[in-house]
Amino acid sequence: MSTEISDAIVVPSKQAHTGKGLGTGNPADAFVIEPPRKRTEKTPRRTRTNFEMLAWLFMRLSGVVLVVLILGHLLIMLVLDGGVSKIGFAFVAGRWSSPFWQGWDLLMLWLAMLHGANGMRQVINDYAEKDSTRLWLKGLMGTATVFTVLLGTLVIFTFDPNI
Amino acid sequence: MPAGTLYRGREGMWSWVAHRVTGVLIFFFLFAHVLDTALVRVSPESYDTVIQTYKTPLVNLMEYGLVAAILFHALNGLRVVAVDFWSKGPKYQKQMLWSVVGIWVVLMAGSFYGILQHTLISWFGK
Repeated sequence: MSTEISDAIVVPSKQAHTGKGLGTGNPADAFVIEPPRKRTEKTPRRTRTNFEMLAWLFMRLSGVVLVVLILGHLLIMLVLDGGVSKIGFAFVAGRWSSPFWQGWDLLMLWLAMLHGANGMRQVINDYAEKDSTRLWLKGLMGTATVFTVLLGTLVIFTFDPNI
Repeated sequence: MPAGTLYRGREGMWSWVAHRVTGVLIFFFLFAHVLDTALVRVSPESYDTVIQTYKTPLVNLMEYGLVAAILFHALNGLRVVAVDFWSKGPKYQKQMLWSVVGIWVVLMAGSFYGILQHTLISWFGK
């Protein structure tokens, strides 16, 4: 009894970038689902940057910082001192009179928006199969992100309690 | 289970699904939240008017839901960090997920009155 795998593309690992097979040299590769965002013939052997690795690292570092920033924010805004009742212009003015809380909110804004935008980028990459759909969704999401980050930054820096 | 599928079920997949769903929800809320806060640059009145909606019983309940999503995403995110950086992380990923769920239940129960006190006091008095 012979298992015919002659049509399987088996390439050595050195040729992984060619897009022919998984490049592990294992005949079983022919039965494995092609990994998402596999290297193709168009992919350079070495990409210029380590963008995906840096994005992965950023998600973990920003995530840990955001746990502290956001849980602190929620505790102060939604739980302590009467919960949501106390929030109003005067309360915001009181908090933003301190550079500490301005810095807290600014860092939280930037990290949360970038963390969320990169998460959405991955979700879009996973579910939008058409190239043009991915491009449009990421363009729209990126534009909204840049707008929101800049708006929030402007609001924190130009806040005027005597408006 | 057919070979080669990405979906393996059980704790690993479902925590991943929940992490995605909560992440997307939180991101959309974040847009709305930056916009409503930006009203402090328009006028104190417009800001206070919009913040009034945050104090209605329905939205107050949604805040509790937002906290539920954020707490899960935060705790499970720490679990993901542990899986990636702690040498025994992958081995204990299931136990860590059930710890996440346990801590989440405790924190949700503990913050119930704190977050909903505005609505509870307006309904039942002090």
